[in-house]
Amino acid sequence: MDLSFLAIQALNGLSSASSLFITACGLTLVFGVTRIVNFAHGSLYMIGAYTAATLVPRLLELSFGPATFWAGILASAIIVGLIGVLIEVLLLRRIYGAPELFQLLATFGVVLVVQDLTILIFGPEDILGPRAPGLRAPVEILGRRFPSYELVLIAAGPIVLALVWLLLRKTRFGVLVRAATQDREMIAALGVNQALLFTGTLFLGAFLAGLGGALQIPRVSANAGMDLSIIAEAFVVTVVGGMGSVPGAFLAALIIGELQAFGILIFPKSTLVVVFLLMAVVLAVRPYGFFGRPEVIGGTHAVGISSQKHSPFAPLTILAVVGTLASLPLIGDAYVLKVATEILIFALFAFSLQLLIGVSGVVSFGHAAFFGLGAYGAALAVKWFALPMEAALPAGLFLAAVGALIIGAFVVRLSGIYLAMMTLAAAQIIFAVAFQWVDVTGGDNGIVGVWPSAWASRQVSYYLFTLAVTAVTVLLLMRIINAPFGYSLRAARDSEARAEAIGLKIRQHRWLAFTISGAAAGLAGGIYAFSRGSVDPTLLGIPTSVDALTMLLIGGIQTVTGPLVGAGVLHVLRDQIMPLTSLWRLLLGLSIIAIVLIFPRGLVGTVRTWREEQA
Amino acid sequence: MTLLSVQDLSKSFGGVAAARDVSFMLERGEMLAIIGPNGAGKSTVFNMVGGQLRPDHGAVLLDGQNITLASPQKRFRLGVGRTFQVAQTFLSMSVAENVQMALVSHNRKSTALWAPARMRYHEEALALLEQVGMAESADHPCSALAYGDVKRVELAIALAGRPKLLLMDEPTAGMATRERAALMDLTAEIADAKGIGVLFTEHDMDVVFGHAERVIVLVRGRIIATGSPEEIRQIEEVRRAYLGDDHALEKPKGVSPAEGVSPA
Repeated sequence: MDLSFLAIQALNGLSSASSLFITACGLTLVFGVTRIVNFAHGSLYMIGAYTAATLVPRLLELSFGPATFWAGILASAIIVGLIGVLIEVLLLRRIYGAPELFQLLATFGVVLVVQDLTILIFGPEDILGPRAPGLRAPVEILGRRFPSYELVLIAAGPIVLALVWLLLRKTRFGVLVRAATQDREMIAALGVNQALLFTGTLFLGAFLAGLGGALQIPRVSANAGMDLSIIAEAFVVTVVGGMGSVPGAFLAALIIGELQAFGILIFPKSTLVVVFLLMAVVLAVRPYGFFGRPEVIGGTHAVGISSQKHSPFAPLTILAVVGTLASLPLIGDAYVLKVATEILIFALFAFSLQLLIGVSGVVSFGHAAFFGLGAYGAALAVKWFALPMEAALPAGLFLAAVGALIIGAFVVRLSGIYLAMMTLAAAQIIFAVAFQWVDVTGGDNGIVGVWPSAWASRQVSYYLFTLAVTAVTVLLLMRIINAPFGYSLRAARDSEARAEAIGLKIRQHRWLAFTISGAAAGLAGGIYAFSRGSVDPTLLGIPTSVDALTMLLIGGIQTVTGPLVGAGVLHVLRDQIMPLTSLWRLLLGLSIIAIVLIFPRGLVGTVRTWREEQA
Repeated sequence: MTLLSVQDLSKSFGGVAAARDVSFMLERGEMLAIIGPNGAGKSTVFNMVGGQLRPDHGAVLLDGQNITLASPQKRFRLGVGRTFQVAQTFLSMSVAENVQMALVSHNRKSTALWAPARMRYHEEALALLEQVGMAESADHPCSALAYGDVKRVELAIALAGRPKLLLMDEPTAGMATRERAALMDLTAEIADAKGIGVLFTEHDMDVVFGHAERVIVLVRGRIIATGSPEEIRQIEEVRRAYLGDDHALEKPKGVSPAEGVSPA
């Protein structure tokens, strides 16, 4: 490892820092003004890459030359900017006042819609873009060859920073953007045309995302997985830099770029882990990132479970429901039982999340981490220690609980969006470990041969076993929710000041809740592993976390039973609709958006409100 | 022993001194009001006593024990109850449950996982609600109450911790005139019966002069006068400095916070 090699690595780090900054800068600007964390920002980046990879070659056919190439990149970015405007006008404008959980989910709905639309429009194949005319030959640096396009990228970051700085300092629009970032109420009081300001900001943000994506085409082919991989990194950059801060994003991107470039030398396979560990460390020391400000984040949107009249029929209802479910094997065939088993598992998973979101007001965006830890814990116990199911399930539960205990120690110090991002990051770390530690976890292929004990191996007996575990755990959790502990969590959610003034130790309570919730999710994950006979990293991925959130959303986060109903509805819908159409994600995305806009209380909540109005 | 002893409390925010060498004492059963124009540092002093702010220097002693750096939770355990300028209650719970939560915490049962919270300390909660005249609303959701009633519930919550010191930040803000007198009469009665010291800030001069036994006048972070309501009324400096209007003390309804007026 000589000096020239280190120099090249540093340059590589700078070029990825530049790309990352351009994209993250848009995200942080949009957040600063609208206070919405736009999940769809990664999708805009992906659209930028696809558009450029399609558009630029056509333009180059007309007239070959650097001017054409860069004009094509710019045109692609402008097209993406216009798509951003469309998203603002159609969706974001309607959810500025919604709880942040709904905002996150709605923009994730856009992610799903864009995924299917991208494949529909650009086809399922990756598209390799053209190389930039005039920049094809590598340059020689300290005796090593270095792609000249990378040098352009290195320059692009500071150029964008300078232009954005000029825009923010020298134009009226920029002044308004800064004012809105500092104090949103004041900007409303000044009588500024807010709609125009927000739409303009979205154009700028989307333009930058599109530019970031378009600039990638000579390096990587446009592919359908770009959106989630870039959004995770862009989140880290904005959170580490401080949400809303452009210089913060630049600094964070630089650090992360270099960390990745040199991290590869030390831990060849763990660059993701290094990046997310950085975020964990920074947030542990500075809970609002480098340049973020605490007052920006309003944790005021607490919505969740409230006290209900105690019904004397509740035990009877529970008995009836469990009894009905227990007699399902009498009428259902193996396929129905398999589906029912999965619904029960996801009901338990979603319900464990309800303890955090509906009860504690803690928006965890990485609950898949614990589901996956439980699944992997069980599978690893089977694979490496040859434990039977009876011992492997508790092992999985234990692993998930320990994971939740550790992650919880970091996140309970945070609130609102920072907490959501931190949980997301934690889940991504674990995802990266499962994905990259091939020797132990089997990497992408996962672990197979995770079969239940003989007594539970038939579909009927495994279904009944799942039903028993789910019912007992859900009832225990309900008990906890109604016990003083659950009420203390709700108290801290309703009013932190009041909760502190009556002596409640909020962080300790939330930490315990996090651990209990993680353990329950881990149990669900373990049962899931044995029901499928295998585990793989997708169990830990963002889509799994979003599944749980969607179930909560469908059922309603204001109700205790909502997640159970939501799990059933989502699973049945998926089961019925997926075979009929290849556009399942499009439909799911649109449904999520529709629920946020039309039924924010979820199915159970809406029915309850409707019944209360009738009465 | 003196219940509350505040010694030389100072606090600056970015070079602006919000409190300068503030010292005062409060005895059991006494009602002490802190008044002053907007920005005088009332809330700063108040939050340093309540544990929401950490002073730059100075000390807060409760029954001789130094609590200057204690968390709000710790102060609650030591017998400090408080109400907030904008009433803070648990809106997702019923009125009774709000008080039950404070009782649960007082009895250190907040991590109990089994028996339902709504069954615990129900009788005690009702008794406290009875004291503040809210027993009939015990089963109503707290979110459905009128604001004046929420303030009463908040008082019951604060009393649930069996405080020896009660901190009330603008206790009657946002209430109708008649409700104001009723709430303060009630507070005085309870404080007297239980030997609770009450420290409150207030804008309404009727409330201050009708209920405080002693008044502290704070201007620009400094105490400029201390005394009985009658004495305070007579001090020329207070009239000018605090109200900037010679007649304001006679006609409290017209109180306008006069920030531009400098103390003599």
